[in-house]
Amino acid sequence: MSTVDRVAAPVPVTVAAVPSAELARARRIKRSRNYFLFILFAGPNIALILAYIYYPLLANMYFSTLDWRLGARTASFIGLDNYAEFFSSRDGLEVWRVTIIFTVATVAGSMMLGLLMALVLNRRLPGRTAARTALFSPYVLSGVGVGLVWTFIFDPRIGILSHFIAMFGGTSPEWFLDKNLALVMVIAVYIWKNLGYCAVIYLAGLQSIPQDLMEAAAIDGAGPIRRFFNVTLPLLSPTVFFLSIAMVLSSMQAFDILRIMTPTGNGTNTIVFEIYLQSFGTYQRAGYAAAISVVLFVTLFAITAIQMRYVERKVHYA
Amino acid sequence: MTRPEWTRSLSRQNIVATLFAGYVPMLLALLIIALPLVWMIVASFKPVAEIVTVDPGFWPKSPTLDNYTAVADRVPLARVFLNSVIVTFVGAAIKVFLAITTAYALVFIDIPFRNAIFLGILVALMVPPEAAMLPNFLSISAIGGRDTLWGIILPGLGTAFGTFMLRQQFKTLPAELLEAAELDGAGHWRRLWRIVAPVSTPTIATVALVIIVNEWNNFLWPLVIIDSPEKMTLPVGLNLLRSIETQTGSYGVLMAGAVIVIAPVLIIFAALQRYIVAGLTQGAVK
Repeated sequence: MSTVDRVAAPVPVTVAAVPSAELARARRIKRSRNYFLFILFAGPNIALILAYIYYPLLANMYFSTLDWRLGARTASFIGLDNYAEFFSSRDGLEVWRVTIIFTVATVAGSMMLGLLMALVLNRRLPGRTAARTALFSPYVLSGVGVGLVWTFIFDPRIGILSHFIAMFGGTSPEWFLDKNLALVMVIAVYIWKNLGYCAVIYLAGLQSIPQDLMEAAAIDGAGPIRRFFNVTLPLLSPTVFFLSIAMVLSSMQAFDILRIMTPTGNGTNTIVFEIYLQSFGTYQRAGYAAAISVVLFVTLFAITAIQMRYVERKVHYA
Repeated sequence: MTRPEWTRSLSRQNIVATLFAGYVPMLLALLIIALPLVWMIVASFKPVAEIVTVDPGFWPKSPTLDNYTAVADRVPLARVFLNSVIVTFVGAAIKVFLAITTAYALVFIDIPFRNAIFLGILVALMVPPEAAMLPNFLSISAIGGRDTLWGIILPGLGTAFGTFMLRQQFKTLPAELLEAAELDGAGHWRRLWRIVAPVSTPTIATVALVIIVNEWNNFLWPLVIIDSPEKMTLPVGLNLLRSIETQTGSYGVLMAGAVIVIAPVLIIFAALQRYIVAGLTQGAVK
């Protein structure tokens, strides 16, 4: 079995033969009992993870080399053509463009507004705990429900936003027809959903900044704006780093609101939405969708790996 | 300059500063967050005539439940709601159970390579479920899980998140806690349910709540694996509703649907926000 067995057993043999043999036997029994118990306790979960998380990764790698429609009995091997298409065709590059704009704008928007909110909530005002809770709440709500609500709000004819615009003498733009405006619209909704999460994480970071540092800076004559840029922001940098990674990961996996507000994708085909449309939409291109899935996995894995490495280093030096 | 503290804190300058740097932005933020949700609730009680209008009032002039009955007309609402409840609670119960036993094994049952196994689970945490969707669709279809509730539940049962969170918690438990039980002759099973699980209740509650909220909101996988309305969960049913109700007048119906999927989570969140926020922000605050 394991090396531990082979090393541990001979040692007592030289001391006294009979009891040590029993001891070794007892230890072996205990070990095999431990294996049995471990499989009993952790086996089902591990089997499920292997079957529905690891196996799909490998299967996708295989599918990604095929020209294959979902449900078709035949498929032909085409090597890396699917990847080449995703990285060079007009539609593939469009997905990259949309994903990058969507991710950067959503992450930057939620993080900046979230920071503003956190700075407001960091003052010791009565009622701020309730405000914090309310601000966080959109983050836990169903993306489908949220998408429906905002579809109504943005409706160019009868949406509340069009009434606001009319109040100032304008007419509502065609949010759902214009590709660029559709992208702006879903970005705004995702920022609305995420900014409370960012604010709460920032608040935890802000509260860990020692108060005497701020006081010392104030005594040195630094105004609130300088204190923010020279004391708060640098000390907040680990939080900013964590949040930007977490937000990039979640933005790259966005789907619910995109699907509800722009059902077939209209300038809003980010990477996950594209995987869905390609495999289960009208095209049913399973091989191509599998290739995009592999790219998605590799991208997110790389981003997480960077984060883990950084966190580890921080722990080392702390 | 030498005035006592309290007059200074009540000075006009301080009150103005508190108002404009504190409450005004706070109220503004709350309005931005709350108004869409309030609008959703209000509109769900409005008749069509008050939805399709150039001059909408805030409160419904003649409030009605028609929108809710219309939702029940278009999709089998009771069935769909029940499906959501079943999928959420059966899925979450199994997931939490598996997470507890796996985390226990990883911390307290001594076998070689268990850290390697933990690493394997950690890597699974980084696999986006969307990337596994297509092969899972094929394997679940192959074993007859297409268009069934168990087909929705099964592939999500392996839980890396719960296992990870609970392992971290179990590792903090002092060894003496379990040694006493071991001397009393309690086996692993009893040690887990009599000692380890009870003292870890807050963490287990946190994990359970996060899983429940995620299962309830889950959309992409049920959308892929379910075809018939009788088997849909709420988010998928609402997606169907959205594709049926395409006239502008039907927003009231869609808002009623949104209320039905959002309200339960909002209520649970209001009551137990402490645990949910803690679970969702885990990892940021070390």
